[in-house]
Amino acid sequence: MIELSKKIKDKIDLLCERFPDDRKRSAVIGALHLVQHENKGYLTAELMNEVAEHLSLPTMHVYEVATFYSMFNTKPVGRHDVAICTNISCMLRGAEELVSYVENKLDIKLGESTADGKIFLKKEEECLAACCGAPMMMVDHHYHENLTKEKIDKILGDLD
Amino acid sequence: MKDIKKNLVCFNTFDAKESWTYKTYREYGGYEAWEKIIRGELSPEEIIEEVKASGLRGRGGAGFPTGLKWSFMPRTVEGQKYLVCNSDESEPGTCHDREVLRNNPHTLVEGMAIAAYAMGATVAYNYIRGEFIEEPVPRFEAAVKEAYKHGLLGKNIRESNIDFDLHTFVGAGAYICGEETALLESLEGKQGKPRFKPPFPANYGLYGKPTTINNTQSLASVPSIIRNGAEWFKNIGVENAGGTAQFSVSGHVEKPGNYELPMGTSFKDLLEICGGVLGGRKLKAVIPGGSSVPVMPAANIMDCTMDYDSLQKAGSSFGTGAVIVMDESTCMVNVLRRISRFYMAESCGQCTPCREGTGWLYRMLTRIVAGQGEMEDITKLVEVANKIEGHTICALGDAAAWPVQSFLKHFHHEFEYMVKNKGESIVSVKNEVAA
Repeated sequence: MIELSKKIKDKIDLLCERFPDDRKRSAVIGALHLVQHENKGYLTAELMNEVAEHLSLPTMHVYEVATFYSMFNTKPVGRHDVAICTNISCMLRGAEELVSYVENKLDIKLGESTADGKIFLKKEEECLAACCGAPMMMVDHHYHENLTKEKIDKILGDLD
Repeated sequence: MKDIKKNLVCFNTFDAKESWTYKTYREYGGYEAWEKIIRGELSPEEIIEEVKASGLRGRGGAGFPTGLKWSFMPRTVEGQKYLVCNSDESEPGTCHDREVLRNNPHTLVEGMAIAAYAMGATVAYNYIRGEFIEEPVPRFEAAVKEAYKHGLLGKNIRESNIDFDLHTFVGAGAYICGEETALLESLEGKQGKPRFKPPFPANYGLYGKPTTINNTQSLASVPSIIRNGAEWFKNIGVENAGGTAQFSVSGHVEKPGNYELPMGTSFKDLLEICGGVLGGRKLKAVIPGGSSVPVMPAANIMDCTMDYDSLQKAGSSFGTGAVIVMDESTCMVNVLRRISRFYMAESCGQCTPCREGTGWLYRMLTRIVAGQGEMEDITKLVEVANKIEGHTICALGDAAAWPVQSFLKHFHHEFEYMVKNKGESIVSVKNEVAA
């Protein structure tokens, strides 16, 4: 995708209705979510420029948001976003061992994508607020809790 | 163990099959309070007095009295005013707002409507963390839609002259946006960097307009207070802490989970409800209110009740009610290192003591764990923490400092042992002996 589709532009306009007329900037985060979702999980400078133009904002207002928030990727990533929480509650329940297990299984390190472009293993994922189901991971926004190695095998194996 | 009542307020619909629907919520008395207000039977002043009398305190971590906070809004001044709900739940260990959003969203919708009316706000945003996009966000939005459909939200609601519009805002991953002024910046479409205070949001908030930000659980508690009365709510809890708390109990317990229990429930009872320490092992330490609050050795928390005053008196804080339990096999140096990495990663970077200091803390702890620590590193950790605490715009700096100070106060010997033994943990030796 090099330019915003009509569908995306319409969705952004719908988002803008939630805010006062002169406060379109409030829609930047929502717009970037929409664009990233359509563009295989990452943002490009061209697309960010288009968002800026559509919302009548300086491009910097879009870049600074895209680089501040951890859910936005500004480099190409694998199709499936896998984020294993390693924060304290998950750590106490063995998350670090699971990270090593997944790294070995996929033969990549945190922050890398598999060579076939299938899986992106998110770097240093922080607490995702599912601490009572620790250890947990998020795969394409879906929460998987009470993980074991067997469960991980099944979840990753089911990805296309 | 005495009979402890569960799920009295925010989780009150949880025993229903589809606890999140409008139909279920009505069966539990939902929207009765809001309808009473729409009928003109309760004034904003009366609502604020009721919430003040209920003893409800902010559940986001600071514990500020909710009714008092509401009274700071210049309610009668002309112009747009806003209410914002903070559902950016990301304090490590905390996961109960997610339960409210998924399983009882209508109580939050009703609570927001009541709060907005009491403060003269006609528009509200619920700021929900981005990672909640798949389940909590749609559940909440569906509840909002149902409420509109039944004529409970919108313009001139049931010809009452009350306007109230409620929107969802989805974040994009930044712990700092849980800080209320960073959250406002984020709502305005900017980087989540906390603002200097004063001016406080009640005077200069979203888009420069008077704004009040309340936590999910605080707002979700409001309908029960109005429906059942301040006395009812107050009497559930203890002195200085009305109502219930949602405890997210995680770590080394047999049955981790979210438990809504009366404020002032004893720690012993809470631990028993959670099935005790994992594997019957010995309790070592507890972080009672999310990773930012000081850690407590087992002996210090054993006789505490879980409320603001008791935990503060024992040297920690109620925080968010996220109880992280650690058994005897836990290496405290490793845990502190992990906590420190979190604050380094999440520092927004605008205050030098926090931006630089959190990195120092993490790197020194990493050095100690790698077996390259010096004794002077241990002293330096506390020095750096002390230099961050109180020297930053927002409380993230303090939150980074308190774990370091408390871990070193209570578990100094573990750090010394690791430095002296080139990275070997005191527990690995004990664990070997035990095995």
